[in-house]
Amino acid sequence: MLHSYPFRKLLNRAVTVLMLLAVVLALIPLFSILWHTFERGWPAISPTFFTHLPKPVGETGGGIANALAGTGLLILLASSIGVPFGLLVGIYLAEFNPGGLGTVVRFLNDVLTGIPSIVTGMFVYSLLVLTMGGFSALAGGVALGLIMIPTVTRSTEEMLKMVPTSLREASLALGATKTQTILRVVLPAAIPGILTGIMLAVARVAGETAPLLFTAFGNRFWSLRLDQPIAALPLQIFTYAISPYRDWQTQAWGAALVLVTLVLVLNIVARLVFHRDGR
Amino acid sequence: MTIRPNLIRPQSSHQWQDQSFRLLTLVFALAMLGLVGLMVLELLQGSWLSLLRFGWSFLTDADWDPVFENFGALPFLYGTLISSLLALSIALPVSLGIALFLTEIAPQWLYRPISFVVELLAAIPSVVYGLWGLFVLAPWVRTHLQPVLSRFFGYLPFFQGPALGVGMLSAGLILAVMITPIVTAISREVIMAVPTSQREAALALGATRWEMIRLAILPYARSGLLGAVLLGLGRALGETMAVTMVIGNRPEIAISLFAPGYSMASVIANEFSEATYALYLSALMEIGLLLFGVTMLLNFLARLMLWRLTGAVAGTRE
Repeated sequence: MLHSYPFRKLLNRAVTVLMLLAVVLALIPLFSILWHTFERGWPAISPTFFTHLPKPVGETGGGIANALAGTGLLILLASSIGVPFGLLVGIYLAEFNPGGLGTVVRFLNDVLTGIPSIVTGMFVYSLLVLTMGGFSALAGGVALGLIMIPTVTRSTEEMLKMVPTSLREASLALGATKTQTILRVVLPAAIPGILTGIMLAVARVAGETAPLLFTAFGNRFWSLRLDQPIAALPLQIFTYAISPYRDWQTQAWGAALVLVTLVLVLNIVARLVFHRDGR
Repeated sequence: MTIRPNLIRPQSSHQWQDQSFRLLTLVFALAMLGLVGLMVLELLQGSWLSLLRFGWSFLTDADWDPVFENFGALPFLYGTLISSLLALSIALPVSLGIALFLTEIAPQWLYRPISFVVELLAAIPSVVYGLWGLFVLAPWVRTHLQPVLSRFFGYLPFFQGPALGVGMLSAGLILAVMITPIVTAISREVIMAVPTSQREAALALGATRWEMIRLAILPYARSGLLGAVLLGLGRALGETMAVTMVIGNRPEIAISLFAPGYSMASVIANEFSEATYALYLSALMEIGLLLFGVTMLLNFLARLMLWRLTGAVAGTRE
């Protein structure tokens, strides 16, 4: 049964409007988050905010210097685990034609992306925190590193596969070994895309809080030791946000502004790197 | 690693080199399998005490009482399920709308900016969502959304009780925003994979654009869209920080969406580092194990559906 033509046309219009509405509906929270983070975070921003440690409970002022350093160290640790691991698995999947095992690894890698980060935190807790006898920066770095692996693996594999076969053949025809071909010809050709993937992975773990709750744990003092609890920007935001102190809540917004800026810059730069000479 | 190319090179040496490089990458690929196995093992071992003590009743007991050493996870299962389903019921139509807008309507110049902006939603850290939820969304829900809902739908048990702001409704809303990017991205890929001939056939028969979408695109993309839904659901189930900050953290089962609740991930986040004795820790580990199992299964099914459709879709970034 067919409706009349004017009705069908009207319905078509209505649905088009609904789709537009959906786009607008998704943009509202994004702009609300960005605007409120800026508006409420800006008052907290000052030079001392970046260079001072948190003040004891009850005193106002203080900064997030330890959290910034902590997040920096954690990212460094995470990258030194996640990047080589992901690169090697990605190379294996793309270059060594692994067949059945490859399918399993690829599938598992995709599934791993969806594992809740808090579960990764629990895993690292029982693997490292319990055995080492306490919360530590190392455990936090390992947790974040594990979260990075699937993203890096996936982007490495995809980018390597985009390199034309003729390039590999040319290299092999010149007498290069397979290893030389991969490391000197294929990998450099794919580097912008892989770099993009790594930066996006870093952007993601920079904001991760859940896996750090019982690995890095947080620290109100200055510490860069690997075997001690360490502060991190997202942890600091969480503690401050749920605190009853007005000054801390303002600082939570300030720290959120710093974190969001960091993550957005990483995201935008990552895409620029890719679009400049990728694809 | 520096490798000097030599013109004259014994065959065996470079074979050895290639073999060892291949072996190195293989070891890491196997290590990935090992990691997942180790994860299962550690979680199982950690929750062993609780598994033995409570058995299946862990899933059906609504009483979570660390003081009397009784642990039932039902309130958390309920909170996680309801907040995720609520999120999905909001995010799915919105995401589908955006995906269809992008693929079927948007002009070329709008395509990239809109996809980029929607992807930015995925880039914002969970804890910042929580901060926004706590100080912006929850107050708005309390003063604007809840009064309206209870005025017009107050006869339904879902919209009764005092307007608190924090609670199941806010958690569902914030989750909806957080899973929109992934559901959108995957639906978009899936819809783009529908052959143009399908669209042309529908249009040639005189269908309007909406009829083409309804009759040609959606049926064709059905299994892929189901995959997108499952992935979104998996994301929502495991989301921790934002939910912890807005759900209210009260281990009770209430029909009303206005009431505070608790989720599986939140109880782990709040109580794990304070669990003072082995059974307590083990009960929390078991919740983690459940979360792991369920998200693993959902992702597995979702990837299966997407892989059958197109190999590339499964790789869409979150």
